[in-house]
Parts: sequence; C-alpha cells; structure tokens
Amino acid sequence: MENLAQIAMESVNFQAIMPSLVLCCFGMVLLLVSVFLERGRTAPICWLSIIGLVVTGIISINGWNDPQAGFAGGVVLDNFATFFNLTCLIAAGLTILMSDSYLHREGYPVAEYYPLILFTTAGAMWMASGTDLMTIFLGLEVLSVSLYVLAGFFRGQLRSNEAGLKYFFLGAFSTGFMLYGVALLYGVTGTTKVAGIAEAIRLMPDASSNPMIIAGAILLSIGFLFKIGAAPFHMWTPDVYQGAPTPITAFMSAGPKAAAFAAFMRVTYISLDSLQVDMSAMFWVLAVLTMTIGNFVAIAQKDVKRMLAFSSISHAGYALVGMVAWNEVGFSGILFYMLVYTFMNIGAFAVLVLIGKQGEDNLTLDGMAGLGYKRPFLGVAMAIFLFSLMGLPPTAGFTGKFFIFAGALKAGYVWLAILGVLNSAVSLYYYLRVMVYMYFRDPVEDFSWVKMEMATIVSILIAIAGVLYLGVLPGPVMELAKLSIF
Amino acid sequence: MLENYLPVLVLIGIAVAFAVGSVVMSGLIGMKKPSAVKLAPYECGMPLVGSARERFSVKFYIIAMLFILFDIEAVFLYPWAVMFKRLGMFGFVEMGVFIAILLVGFIYVWKKGALEWE
Amino acid sequence: MYSNLWLIPFFPLVGSIINGLFGKKIKNEKVIGGIATIAIFLSFLVSCQNFFRLLGDTEKVHQQILGSWMSIGILNVEWGFLLDPLSALMIMVVTGVGSLIHLYSIGYMHGETGFYRFFSYLNLFCFSMLMLVLGNNALVMFIGWEGVGLCSYLLIGYYFEKKSAGDAAKKAFVVNRIGDFGFLCGLFTLFWALGSKGVWTLNFVEISENAHLLQSGGLLVTVVTLCFFLGATGKSAQIPLYTWLPDAMEGPTPVSALIHAATMVTAGIYMIARMNILFAMSPTTMMVIAFVGAATALFAASIGFAQNDIKRVLAYSTVSQLGFMFMAMGVGAFTAGIFHLMTHAFFKACLFLGSGSVIHGMHHAYHHAHLHDDPQDMRNMGGLRKFMPITWITYLLSCLAIAGMPFFAGFFSKDEILWWTFASTRGSYLVWIIGTIAACMTAFYMFRSLYMTFHGEQRTDVRAKDHIPESPWVITLPLIILAGLATIAGFIGIPHAIDVAHVGNGIASFLDPVFGQAQQLHNIGIPEDLAHNVGLEIGLMCMSVVIGLIGIGGAYYMYMKKQELPAKFTGAFPGLHKAVFNKWYIDELYDFLFVNPCKKIGTFLWKGFDVCVVDGVVNGIGWVVKGLASGLRYTQSGFLHNYAMIMVVGVVVIVGYYIFG
Repeated sequence: MENLAQIAMESVNFQAIMPSLVLCCFGMVLLLVSVFLERGRTAPICWLSIIGLVVTGIISINGWNDPQAGFAGGVVLDNFATFFNLTCLIAAGLTILMSDSYLHREGYPVAEYYPLILFTTAGAMWMASGTDLMTIFLGLEVLSVSLYVLAGFFRGQLRSNEAGLKYFFLGAFSTGFMLYGVALLYGVTGTTKVAGIAEAIRLMPDASSNPMIIAGAILLSIGFLFKIGAAPFHMWTPDVYQGAPTPITAFMSAGPKAAAFAAFMRVTYISLDSLQVDMSAMFWVLAVLTMTIGNFVAIAQKDVKRMLAFSSISHAGYALVGMVAWNEVGFSGILFYMLVYTFMNIGAFAVLVLIGKQGEDNLTLDGMAGLGYKRPFLGVAMAIFLFSLMGLPPTAGFTGKFFIFAGALKAGYVWLAILGVLNSAVSLYYYLRVMVYMYFRDPVEDFSWVKMEMATIVSILIAIAGVLYLGVLPGPVMELAKLSIF
Repeated sequence: MLENYLPVLVLIGIAVAFAVGSVVMSGLIGMKKPSAVKLAPYECGMPLVGSARERFSVKFYIIAMLFILFDIEAVFLYPWAVMFKRLGMFGFVEMGVFIAILLVGFIYVWKKGALEWE
Repeated sequence: MYSNLWLIPFFPLVGSIINGLFGKKIKNEKVIGGIATIAIFLSFLVSCQNFFRLLGDTEKVHQQILGSWMSIGILNVEWGFLLDPLSALMIMVVTGVGSLIHLYSIGYMHGETGFYRFFSYLNLFCFSMLMLVLGNNALVMFIGWEGVGLCSYLLIGYYFEKKSAGDAAKKAFVVNRIGDFGFLCGLFTLFWALGSKGVWTLNFVEISENAHLLQSGGLLVTVVTLCFFLGATGKSAQIPLYTWLPDAMEGPTPVSALIHAATMVTAGIYMIARMNILFAMSPTTMMVIAFVGAATALFAASIGFAQNDIKRVLAYSTVSQLGFMFMAMGVGAFTAGIFHLMTHAFFKACLFLGSGSVIHGMHHAYHHAHLHDDPQDMRNMGGLRKFMPITWITYLLSCLAIAGMPFFAGFFSKDEILWWTFASTRGSYLVWIIGTIAACMTAFYMFRSLYMTFHGEQRTDVRAKDHIPESPWVITLPLIILAGLATIAGFIGIPHAIDVAHVGNGIASFLDPVFGQAQQLHNIGIPEDLAHNVGLEIGLMCMSVVIGLIGIGGAYYMYMKKQELPAKFTGAFPGLHKAVFNKWYIDELYDFLFVNPCKKIGTFLWKGFDVCVVDGVVNGIGWVVKGLASGLRYTQSGFLHNYAMIMVVGVVVIVGYYIFG
C-alpha cells in the first residue's frame, strides 16, 4: 500500500495515448472557445479542428514502428493502432472539410459540431489501441455518445431526431449485449485483458464447448457487429444514415466503422484465437448475409443517401470476408479496405453534400438526372467514386476487394470469394443506375443552386487522389498494412 | 474466488429485505384512516391547484443532469481524499486534471446559459 | 542519375488531362494547342537530356522504379522504366516527331469542332506510346500497348458522325484485339515457362538474363515468340492482320502521320527488338517473321499501284515499309530494322504531313469555290508544285528517301536490310529477291503519287483552281524539319563498305549493347567471308539504286511522258487492275471467311441462344433479385421495436446454434 503512487506512476505511459490525448485537449479547448464566439461563427472552430487533426496525425505518424504500451496493459499504441488512427483522422478531416458550408446551408451553424467530431475520433482511437475490454468499451462509449448527438444534430428536423434517437436506443441495446459478453468472459477467465483472456482460454481443455466462453465471445462480437452494421444487427443503419446530417453519415460509415473493425480484429484475433473454427464459421454466415442484404435492398432504393447506406452495409460484408479468412492477407486486407472505403465513400457523400438543396429532398435518383452535363466536375468525381464502390480497376475499390478476396481464397474459402464477387456484380446494378441518371437522362433541373465550396472541393479532390493512388499504386500502402498486423 | 463476494451478497440481501420488509410491514400492521387531506401529495403544504401529471419544463432535467454529473465528481473525491497522503504529488496532479476537465464542462455549461432559469 | 525518366510520359499525361477536362472551357485554340505542344515538347527535352547522357555513359542499361504496382505471391510487378539504347532511340523518335506533329496539328485542325478533344487524345496517345517504350516490364508495356490501341481507336473515329470513320475505328479495334490476344498468350506462356524454371518475372532485363534457362530452338520458345509475333502483326499491320491500317486513314491526317506511320504501328517491331533474345532462340519464328514481312512488303506495294486516294497510297506504303522492318527482324538485322524504323518515321511522317498540307490546301480551295469534290483524290490534283512549293520540295525529298536514292536516309537503312537478307546467317535469297522487287515497286508508286499530285497539268476544277494556298508556317515548319531529317538522318548508320571517312556505323555501335548478346550467342550475323567482301556489298548497293531508278523512271514514263499508258494498261488487263484496285479483295475474303460466319453464329447466338436462354436466365435472375429486394425492404419497417426484435432474434439464433447445436 505504501508504494501505491509508485505503481500507478509506472504503469502510466502518456506516449501510449498521446494522439488521442492531444485530440481531446483540442476538443476541450475548442469547446471553450466556441462558447466565447458569437453564435453562428463556426469557421474558426472548423479550421482549428483541422489543425488539431493534422497535429494528431503527425504525432501518430511519429509513433510508427515504436510500439508503446501503458496503463497497466490497457492501451497499446502499435502500428495496428496507428494505421487505424490515421484512417479515422483522414475520415474526420474529410468530413470537417465538407461540413462548414453544409451547416450554414442547413441552418445549424453550431460550433459544438466540430469538438464532437474530435471526441468521436478520440474514442475511435481508443478503440483501436485498447488492449483491455474495459478500454475498448470506454472508447466505444465516447465514440457512440458523441455520435448519438451528431446524428440528431439538426434538432429541428424530424428525420435527424429520429436518427439520433434510434441510434441511441439500439446502440444502448447492443452495448447491453456486449457488456454481458464481457461479463461472461470475465466470469470464466477472471480478466478483461485481451491477452489474458487468450491465455486463459488456451489453458482451458475444452474451451470451444464451454457455453460461457462461446456465449461470451458471441455477445461480445455482437457489440462490434452492431457498430460495423453487419446483418442482422444492421437495422439501424439505413434510418440513421438517411436522417443524420450528410457529412456525419459519411463520417459514421468510415471512421467509427474502421475503429469497430480495429477493436473487433484485435479481440477476435488475439483473445478468441482458440475459437477460430467456430468464429470463422459464424463470420462466414454473417458476411454472406450482410453482403447480400445490403446489396439486394439497395437495389430497391430511390434515395441516393439511403442507397449508399445499404451499400455501406454490403461493404461491411466484404470487409467481414477478411475476418473469415483469419490470415495475414485477409487482416491486412481489412486495414487497406477501411482506408479505401474512407476515401471512396466520404468522397461520394461529399458530392451529395454539394448538390443537395436545403433539406436535401432532391437527393433522389431523379434529382441526379443530367448532373454529369450540368456539373461536369461533380459528375466525374461521383463517377470515380461509384466505380470504386463497384470495385472496378483502376480504382482503389478494386484493389481493396482484391486483397480481401485473395485472403479468403488463400484460406480456402473459395465459395465465399465467389459469393463476394457475385455480390459485387449485383451491386453494379444500383451504382450504375446512378451513373445512368447522371449521364443518360436529360437534366430536369439546372443545378444552379450548387455552390462549388472550396473546402468541400478540396475534400473531394483528396478523396479522388486517394482512390486513384490506392488503385494504381496499392503496393506501398499495402506494405504498411502488412506491417501493421500484430 | 466467488466466495469472496459472499459478504456483498449478504449485504444486498439484507438491504433488500429491509426495504421490502419496511413497506410490507407498514402496510400490514399500520393503521389506515384515509382522508382527502392525508392523500394529498403534500400533506401539510399548499392546497392543490391541479393534476400532478404535468409536463415538467426541460430545465429541470438539465439541472438534474448537471447535478448528477457534479455529484459523481464529489463521489470520486472521497476515496481520493482518504488516500491523499499516500498518493502524494502524483495523486494531486491527477485529481487536478480530473477537476480541470470537469471545469471545462462547467464553464461551457455556464456560458451556454444552462444554469440560468429564464 | 536517370531519375527523371518518369517525367517523359508524365508531361503528355498532364497535357491530356488539362485539355480533356478544361479544353471545352478554354475554347481558345492557341491555348489548347499550345498546352498540348508544350507538354510533348517538354518531354522531348527530357528525352534529349537522357539520350545524350546515355550516349556518354558506359553503363547502358538503367531502370527507374517508381514503386510497387502489385505484389501477389509470386507475381511482383513494379511501376518501372527502362532506359537503354533501344528505348532511348524510341523516345527520341516518339517525342521528336510527336512534337512536330502536334505543332502541325494546330494549323491543320484549325476550326474543327472538338479541337480540344483531338489534342487531349493526341497527348494521351503520346503518353501511352511512351509507357509502351519505356516500361521495364511486360505489363507496363501492355498498358501502353492497350493505351495506344485505345487512342488509335478514338482518333480514327474522330469524325464519328461519319459512318465510315466509325466503322474504320471499330475495325482497327477488333483487329488489334486479335493481336492483343496473341500478345497476352505469349506473355502468360512466357511467365509460366520462366516460372517453371524458378524465375517468376515479367521484367525485361530479368527475362533477358534468364532466357537461357529455356531450351534454345525448343517448342516452347517457338510458341511464345509466335504468339508475340501474332501480337506484333496486329499492331504493326502485317499479313494477315494488316487490313485495318488503310481504313485507319479515316482519321485526321496528323493522326495518320503520328500513329499510323511513325510510332504506334512500329510498336510490334519495338516489341520484337525488346525481346530479341527470345526471338533469336527460335530460328523457326524468325523465318516466319522474315517471310511474312517480305510477303507483306510485296503485297502492300502492289496494292499501292492502283490507289487514287493520296492517303491510301501512303497507307499501303506504310504497310509495305513495315514489312521491310519485319524482314530485318526475321533475318536478325535488329539494328537495321530499328534504323529503318527511325528513318521511316521521318520520311513517312513528312510524306503524310505533306499529303495533309495538300489536302488542307485542296479543301480550302473547294470550300472557297463551294464544291464538294474529294480533296484527297489525286486525279483532282496535278501541277500543285507552283502553288505549294515548300510542300512539294519536302515531299520530293521524302520520296527520294523512301525510294532509297543514294545518301538519303532510306538508302542507308533499306540497303542495310537488303544486305542482311542477302548475307546474314539467317538470311535467304528468296527474301532478298522479294525485298528488292518491293523496293522497286515502292519507288514506282511513290513517284507516281508525286507526279500525279505536284507535276503535270492541273486537273482541279477550274472554279477552285486558283485558290489553293501554301499552308501556314505551323504546317510547313514541321515539313521542313522532317524533310531535313529524311535527307541527312541516314549518316548515323554508314555501312562499313562505303565508310571511306572511317566515321563508323554510329547506330550499330549504339544499339550493340541491346542486340549484341543475342546475335553472338545464336550465331546471327554476316559470315566472315561476306563481311569483308566490299565489292559484293557495293555491287548490291548499286543494283538496288538502279532498281530504284527503274521504278522512278517507270513512274515518270507512265505518268509524265505517256499519260495515256496507264489507261491503256488497265484496258489491257481489266481483271488485274480491278483486283489490285480492290486490294485483291482481301477485305471481301475476310468478310466471307471470318466476319460473316461470325456474324451468322452471332446472330444465331443472339436470336436463338441469347434471347431465349441467356436473357431468360438474366431476366429471371433480375426478377428474383427485384422480388427479393422489395421483399427484404419490408423488414426495414422503421419501427424501433421491430429492429430491436430482429437483433434479439439474431442473438438468440446465433448463441442457441452454438450452445445447443
């Protein structure tokens, strides 16, 4: 008891949480600054938060190849975490770039928006670097609570309210399952540490037939599966994605999803390694279910935002294929895919942000008619993102899917890869339909309301650059992804 | 291992038994002579003006929420204060950080006007 | 050292993107043309720098790796560039001739709708061509290979509102695809063949280093090289896949000059030269190449006799000259082939641009007189010398070059090829004889076109007669430069026999690092006794000059002196003339043999199989998908409790399955 402070001091290692620490500090300072600014002045906060993200990014990159553990093994900042941190930071950055003009257009120039995104990102980073179920849970909650608020940010809009509330209720619901899973695992193994659980399960003679372990593992997974929007825990996605402010939808589909995958991968790959056979089988079924449901329901959608929500479900399914594969190629494929998805999906949403009218009722297929001719740049940009989402070369979507399916093939899941490719073929239908409307339908409207906001354009250009770079030269980044696997 | 938690279980049992017991017992053995005045929510206060089932102003919730928030802070302060000497400088700084974070929230809430009734 | 190689294809790419995206907005022709021309000129400058650096360097093979492209198990492909004497020469030709033709196009394409589109495609073509020649592995080369095919398609179909242009573009694309099929087959077989010996690679340097692992003269090498050769016949318009090139003249004339004469069509030659080690290992393939080349040279030249469209004459002449280059490759005269590739690029580009200048002038005159005569038909020309003196003199110089008159560029390169066909260890007298006859015919029909266009009496409609202008400087300057090159470029390859000043054969020693090894290893070359037989070599040279003069004289006699002769001749042999005029009915033959049966099969598949079976299945799947989609949509009811319910069911099912299942 005498050296309590000593013990506490030793296990503290601020290096291990430096990126998220800096981001939180930025968030808090910006929160304070925002209240002293007059109402409606959001631009300074917007740019300061970009600076915060850049600073955090630099700190993260500096930590590459220099793993740090801290807080009694609850947190580790390894390459894996850094890769996901950077993915989340890119997602947050692109989102913030397209947000400011959007908030003004929609009539909610409220500065708290930006600190909330920063807090979400910090939560995502904790999830990625958590090595204790409690840390991961803490990150998940920080992320979720901020996102609940962001989803319902337009409090005067019914749809936004609905999104926030539904997300909150179902999120709380899934958190309940997850905590129950944690509790069960703790009950069996006596620890919440990711590595400790692995050790305990390995020493157990018949772990895979122990109902408590199995139930614990599945319930724990459900928390993550909910966040990544895998079927049958995807039900919230369409309503929330459609109702939330468009930049937030873009962000939700990329950053938090990547973070959920990060924690999910760490937990399954390390803690539940002994249960590989059972878990892989479950993921197999869920991956196929998720891809199929996402793609098939997307076909029936008329609203582009909602269609992209379903497409996002199907992409979670593709990424899950990497989990099934349970090998280096598959896992690094997920890392790569999440980065790719960040660029292509946020890019597509950024185009929607620009062409939406106030209230965004025009984001239907008919509303896209003739976009390619009236606004050639936006048309081409959207086409690139859609091609990438379809998974056609030379865009990043192709290389991303390629690595994931290569992982599945390597592990011998030929049928899974075939189903994945077939699903991609189905997805062509609804993505191409948007292209058809953009280029082969006579324009109904003249898109004169579209303001080419500089910041949003920058975010689109970055996304295009990312999509093309990762599509044409995937080698270096894939190499980094491989180095990031624990 | 689980046996260690037995005292906790016993304590929970006693607490529940006490609470339930008190209510049940008073219902069973207490004298009942109801009258309109006795059944009023505030037996010895102002006369009733309307139904108690009204919508409360959202301001109450905000205040209540803030109260809980800062109340929890106080809960954390107790064990810290007990161990203060042993934790030394490190503990002091840690708690300083903790309070600073809450302070940020406090200032935010204050400037936002959440503490003002009108 | 050579770290700026990537800039060479980069500039045209940027130019293409700028014009492609913003050209429509820019509108100003000078700016659009300027951007494109500057882009390619910049890469010409970078090419020059690298070329001269390589000249002075002792190390002749350099690679620049930009990064990994894909790395999948055994397959490692990089974005890399290879600079060796061969590719250095090629980039000089591509960017040099390319720059001139860009400049020319500013004048020629003046006022065309879609001006920006033209320059965007032209830049894109240069980018692809440079990727093709600079790529350090077969996949990067293949990107260029497909890219130039695409650009060729786009540019042939530039006047897409004309049906003939659209058809020609489609024909070029389809025929090229057959060649591409061969290329890919060769590539895969080679990859597998080397891989089975433990070397999985597509890198040219590594292929060359490890080629010895394959059995020399073996079946495998022959198959691989024959596949590659099929690819080459498609791109370089050889028998049997040459038919697309004459039709490709539907594109604007600068396109014909750059793509269908100077650069893209030489891609096949380049590819064979690039893999010369493999080809050297298979005498069978080389023999096939030599005979196909010779046959093409003769055959195409014969068709050139009876064409009246000035561009078609040049097109068949190109096919014929490409045949000469293949002949050279086939007899192991790699250097001579590349040498001829270069000189041909100069004089043929000049000839095409000259014809373009003529067409431009004729078009202008007809336009002025509101006539709709064909500005490309030589029967409407004649006597243009006095209206277009610069065009005439440059055309004349290039004709002398292509006819192989002494000390013009074509003389050196063509004689080198003929000498090798005669004397090389892989040569053959038959090839030599065919080549010599083809050379004579070349001189004849080229001078026929010269006389019909520029000399004699003017046959233009009187109303347009006096309105034919000389072209502006942007058109004539490239002509002058190219004609100058066509005149003097030959001196970099003076043959040993007439090298009185002992300056040496520059191009041979320059290219030796690329070809020397293969020639040495597989005993390809001029045997000792013949190599020192100066008298024989000079004798053959004189003979080919005489033969060229006979061709020129014949043309002079028939088209200047006795102008009634051609008519008499056709009257005497109407069948022959008709056959030649109709290009020996090869197109019709192909239609009969391949196209129509394919169409019939296609129609059957379409009407019978496709509509009933495939469409049935596809539509069926479509209905099922749509049905499923609308069915599944109802699960998304919007009610929170339903959502929660589905989650709970999911949890129960999964947990239940694992615990009780």
